[in-house]
Amino acid sequence: MADLTELNLAEARDGLAKKEFSAVELAEAHMTRVSASSALNAYVLATPEKAMEMAAESDKKIASGEARPLEGLPIGVKDLFCTKGVRTTACSNILGDFIPPYESTVTQNLWNDGAVMLGKLNNDEFAMGSSNETSRFGAVVNPWKANGTELVPGGSSGGSSAAVAARLGIAATATDTGGSIRQPAAFTGTVGLKPTYGRCSRWGIVAFASSLDQAGPITQTVRDAAMMLTSMASFDKRDTTSVERDVPDYEAALTGDIKGLRVGIPQEYRVDNMPAEIEKLWQQGIDWLKAAGAEIVDVSLPHTKYALPAYYIIAPAEASSNLARYDGVRYGARQDGVDIDDMYAQTRAAGFGDEVKRRVMIGTYALSAGYYDAYYVKALQVRRLIAEDFTKAYEVCDVLLTPTTPSAAFPIGKNVEDPLEMYLNDVFTVTVNLAGLPGISIPAGLDADGLPLGLQLIGKAFGEEELLRAAQVLEEAAGFDAQPQDWWSA
Amino acid sequence: MAEINNLIAGATGNWEIVLGLEVHAQVASTAKLFSGAATEFGAEPNSQVSLVDAAMPGMLPVINWFCVEQAVRTGLGLKAQINNYSVFDRKNYFYPDLPQGYQISQFQQPIVGEGAIEIDLDDGVVKEIGIERLHLEQDAGKSLHDQHPDMSFVDLNRSGVALMEIVSQPDMRSAAEAQAYVKKLRAILRYLGTCDGNMEQGSLRADVNVSVRKPGDELGTRCEIKNVNSIRFIGQAIEYEARRQIDLIEDGGTVEQQTRLFDPKTGETRAMRSKEEAHDYRYFPDPDLLPLEFSQDFVDEIAESLPELPDDKKARFINDYGLTPYDAGVLVGEAENAAFFEVAAEGRDAKAVANMVIGSVFAGLNKADLAIADSPVSAAQVGQLVDLIADDTVSGRTAKEVFELMFEEGPDQGKDPSVIVEEKGLKQVTDTGAIEGAVDEVIAANPDKVAQAQERPKMAGWFVGQVMQATGGKANPQAVNKLVMQKLGLDEA
Repeated sequence: MADLTELNLAEARDGLAKKEFSAVELAEAHMTRVSASSALNAYVLATPEKAMEMAAESDKKIASGEARPLEGLPIGVKDLFCTKGVRTTACSNILGDFIPPYESTVTQNLWNDGAVMLGKLNNDEFAMGSSNETSRFGAVVNPWKANGTELVPGGSSGGSSAAVAARLGIAATATDTGGSIRQPAAFTGTVGLKPTYGRCSRWGIVAFASSLDQAGPITQTVRDAAMMLTSMASFDKRDTTSVERDVPDYEAALTGDIKGLRVGIPQEYRVDNMPAEIEKLWQQGIDWLKAAGAEIVDVSLPHTKYALPAYYIIAPAEASSNLARYDGVRYGARQDGVDIDDMYAQTRAAGFGDEVKRRVMIGTYALSAGYYDAYYVKALQVRRLIAEDFTKAYEVCDVLLTPTTPSAAFPIGKNVEDPLEMYLNDVFTVTVNLAGLPGISIPAGLDADGLPLGLQLIGKAFGEEELLRAAQVLEEAAGFDAQPQDWWSA
Repeated sequence: MAEINNLIAGATGNWEIVLGLEVHAQVASTAKLFSGAATEFGAEPNSQVSLVDAAMPGMLPVINWFCVEQAVRTGLGLKAQINNYSVFDRKNYFYPDLPQGYQISQFQQPIVGEGAIEIDLDDGVVKEIGIERLHLEQDAGKSLHDQHPDMSFVDLNRSGVALMEIVSQPDMRSAAEAQAYVKKLRAILRYLGTCDGNMEQGSLRADVNVSVRKPGDELGTRCEIKNVNSIRFIGQAIEYEARRQIDLIEDGGTVEQQTRLFDPKTGETRAMRSKEEAHDYRYFPDPDLLPLEFSQDFVDEIAESLPELPDDKKARFINDYGLTPYDAGVLVGEAENAAFFEVAAEGRDAKAVANMVIGSVFAGLNKADLAIADSPVSAAQVGQLVDLIADDTVSGRTAKEVFELMFEEGPDQGKDPSVIVEEKGLKQVTDTGAIEGAVDEVIAANPDKVAQAQERPKMAGWFVGQVMQATGGKANPQAVNKLVMQKLGLDEA
């Protein structure tokens, strides 16, 4: 039998359907790899018993002809998703050993479709970070190395991207608030899809910035992303910001035909100091799509340069309020204090890491009396202008093509002392969150150091079918099949 | 020009009190504002707490439309602007009984805007009090400090319960006006059924803003007295606080803007926190919730189902039943009282019924500490009793006696008044012959009094009394009166 961990989601599904192997065998192959992968630090909690139990159930379903869409497919779950009976910490000390008595809507959708849970994946604490270095469980190491240097896997869904790149799960759930799915996907040679805001329920996902957070998959291929999204997406009465709209079969949208598709190239994404390789890759992407019959249109998104500052007001403002519930009173870790205020201070001082504290303070400041109008209200105005930029661009094009990140993966520790440099990683991705649009990163090439680079396609609101169709054409044209050398398996 | 009354005297002259109230009215809903948890009063601590109420990670609020309806309904009852678009904001602060670390409230765009209610003052004057706004918000839980020597406990049953905060304009000028305002507001809420108005259980509580000034001056610095939970305490708190402020100013001090607490044991208010210590609540729109939007049809449908409100009912009682404004006002104070009256008054002299309802029924209930729903005498029986007076079966005095007998019979609303009259032989004597005999007897026995009466006609009353006594009170007083006058030769006038 071939190595089952080499299969992508669609291949594994088809293999299971043909009974070439069992769900238990598939889960075991991945669990074995997971247990030997501690050098990557991608998983913060493996759940082998649960995996075996779910896989056995899947085998029964397959045997009885009742296989569901993701039957028996082993995946990892970002630790931001609450999983019933399984420790969920958002990779923060403040949650202690919190075990939710409930399951997030997105993961429940996946289990209802037969997916098998391998464990919980590392992420930046409360999803705040672009390198997965702020986790309470320590940094995740990118399976890709440049000249022997250990690199970050991107963040905040660094555990998810590293796991998929290292074949420690066929796919993974992730969340994206400012680029946390797409940037790690770009850094690891994987596909990362951030759906339209409201496409997936946020219920049961530990909140970072409620108006920006959106769940999505990290996968090996565009087809796999389509399969995952079809299962993850749903209208949920328990999340009033989720949108009541039918979920199409996204896989069926992958026709390979993008003739006449108008692809917008936003001039403002040509930023200073962008590496020539990325510039070149972008042009390459344009050529590929043109060759496939797409029409290339130059567009302008004039307020792009204000996106990052606006994002770093809005997201921390919401976070400062969302994280107020972690007070040591009801659950999670508590530090004793001389009185209630001291208990809060001690608990939060010990429970939150530096980056979380930084953002809570920025957000608290931005919402304070006397600053609210100058910062928060202004940022909301910018946000509206950015959304209008996209609306105007979509009058002349159907999707946008940009680089995903301004650089390839960087060494661990490089940007830790320079938060602003770290925040610049999100420069091409935050606009999409601010506008609530879908975006996808596709691995499109390698840089001179042999590191993967990604291209981003941005779609219209709820235009995931068109977006995925274009993404698959790009994926096909790029023919990216590089894989990291396995140096980590113990 | 507003009339200046209710001034209170200080050492340096008269002072005017300026009052504005923020009333928190718990929405009469069996589920919370953003969760399905129950809201029953007095349940075991922490037995009515959903994952949302406890602010577990990843939990999201979902608006309870029933509560929205009740807020709109209340807004309509307050003749207020209904905002078809409003926004929920987060009010951020830390407290152990506030699990989210913020209260979901409405700050800049409330669901209900300006309105007004009319209050009835003791001197018969009607005054309009402006309503600034009404907004929906979550209640907090309850911290219990008396359960353990060195720990506090938290009960989250109330956490997330829907409140309507109803903010008045600073239009009140005395404790009595503030009390009348709360009474009227409570009556309207109870008529609408949007809040049970139960102050003892905390379903209705008031924050009272008090300031004082010399008539005609600018508004003074205000102090806010938090969470006063009875109408009597509202009066006491205002009286105390106004006097405190006046004394402070007259002694050369200045009033500091403060939040204060009223202590019912001492009748005093004391400082809780000053303006400097006030929280910066960092209000911002709750990103978990979409703006609250509804159509005009939604509002119109609620408007159609609105019951008759106290002011309209009062006007109708005056116009249709010919009641005095005072009687009408008393009867409409509670919807149940008004309904009781209307059943009793059906097809008969409404004024007589009103007298009996107010004079006998309310007095009896008050004395027995019973609610009108538990009245031992039914509305129909009150009506029958009034009929017995009208057809001269009993006199008004006997009717009182009959009422008391019926009241004691309770609580099953036993015998009808006619049965009691029959059994106790209380039927009024209207047979002129029998009355005449009694009159003749009294006249014959008192020749001296007859002479006096003929000089001083007022003495005739003495004869009437004697005859009533002789007939055991059963004689028709009018008939007795007429005969006595005749026999004494005083009837030509």
